[in-house]
Amino acid sequence: MLCQACKEHTATIHLTEIRNGQRAETHLCQECAHQQGLAVKAQIPLNELLSTLLSVQPEAGQDQEKLAAQMEARTCPDCGMTLKRFAKESQLGCPHDYTVFKDQLLPLIERSHNGKSRHCGKVPTHLPKAEKQDIVLRRLKQQLDEAVGQEDYERAARLRDEIKQQQEPTS
Amino acid sequence: MKPADLCKASSAWFGQGRGLFSDVVISSRIRLARNAAGFAFVPCLGADEKQTVLDTFKTALLGIELEGEIFFIDVAQVSPVERELLVERHLITRRQANGQGPRGVIVAYGEAFAAMINEEDHLRMQVLAPGLDLHSCWERINRIDDKIEAQVRYAFDRRYGYMTACPTNLGTGIRVSVMLHLPALKMTGQIEKVLAAARDCDLAVRGLFGEGTEAIGDLFQLSNQVTLGVSEARVVDDFVTRIVPKIAAYELEARKALLAERPQTLDDKIQRALGVLRNACLVSSQEALFLLSNVRLGVNLGRIEKLDLATVNELFMLTQPAHLQLRAGRMLDAEQRDSLRAQILRSRLCVN
Repeated sequence: MLCQACKEHTATIHLTEIRNGQRAETHLCQECAHQQGLAVKAQIPLNELLSTLLSVQPEAGQDQEKLAAQMEARTCPDCGMTLKRFAKESQLGCPHDYTVFKDQLLPLIERSHNGKSRHCGKVPTHLPKAEKQDIVLRRLKQQLDEAVGQEDYERAARLRDEIKQQQEPTS
Repeated sequence: MKPADLCKASSAWFGQGRGLFSDVVISSRIRLARNAAGFAFVPCLGADEKQTVLDTFKTALLGIELEGEIFFIDVAQVSPVERELLVERHLITRRQANGQGPRGVIVAYGEAFAAMINEEDHLRMQVLAPGLDLHSCWERINRIDDKIEAQVRYAFDRRYGYMTACPTNLGTGIRVSVMLHLPALKMTGQIEKVLAAARDCDLAVRGLFGEGTEAIGDLFQLSNQVTLGVSEARVVDDFVTRIVPKIAAYELEARKALLAERPQTLDDKIQRALGVLRNACLVSSQEALFLLSNVRLGVNLGRIEKLDLATVNELFMLTQPAHLQLRAGRMLDAEQRDSLRAQILRSRLCVN
């Protein structure tokens, strides 16, 4: 099916609108959909995302300018990174930046990782046991949700036992 | 081992072009991003510290029992054309080639393993395999990662996991990707639909050389975007059980339909490509990719006899600009390259 707007590219966005009981279908290609301002889940470059997030000010009024200036001036004491530089280069200067710029980075991290912001993968062996356990539990709970979602109750029961077992030794 | 020595053969791991789904999946790759604790990330490292990071990881990696010929290439010291060769062989990225200061790459397992030091992160290592073989890639890279971790303390955060210079790699630091050959979906105009569906599943679609490159020769690289809040096994499993089999099935279906409904159109395309490659005197690298793609399809569908997949796969690699220049032993201008490329293609594809 060709795009209704440009009649050139294949339509990949199919929009069904129901207005006053009237059903209307629109078929567009990625580009035309974007031009018409349709929110298509596209891959937004990180730096673009960051500038948008930075331009949104939490509070209105006279504080706004001050806040923006403050934010721009904030510098990581460890590596000298600034948000301005990060917005330009999309790379941070050191691990501490994640703490210094947490308020700005966290929404960005969640946007890039499907709403998630907590690690539940591999854990280095040198990590203290309690920290390691946190991450392992997170992973097991995620797997449990999945198993329940897939109605795989046998696996769910196994995971539930495993979670219990993990929680026992420290409690 | 000098980079120049590599230019006459394709990477050993690439071998016979076998592996699961090898008619659609050219290769599988897993990359891990890691940083050493106690150092700034690469953008904020001075030359001295970069040297320390380079030495630290180099020593750690060379201390592990990696298989195959192991060699270290000092990327800062080699010539630009050798750097280009490493990029063409997917051993380093363009960013690493164009970077500054002390940096290098350690290669082992017949080029199936490469570890870049001081690229975007202190350590970026990858394991490659032909066809769809992500489980073995993960097993191998995970084991190597364990062995490095026993020697170097990684920057790790209890909330964010492995710390990376760019927040998009945070958590597992894993990038799983597959290189797919999808000519039939392209010919039947279904490719956009498939790629849009892939993007909806949070996958990135790129060309042959990763980020910011065009998909040429119907080759598409698919990789995961989300690295935080998922386990490595989950990401790998998604590719192996869900994503790749589905896309491969679509492609194979499209090939079958083309064969049944438009066999002449298909044969014309394949034979024309072969005809040009067997006879042309000047072939540009873009044209070579495009035509080899059609020939590869012909071999996969059994429309071309006496030509194997391994030869076609190898030609994809050997006809790239830096490979040609190192083979010739001198710098070549565009026309000289096109001429040498055509010569290699003619001799490798001719019938006898």
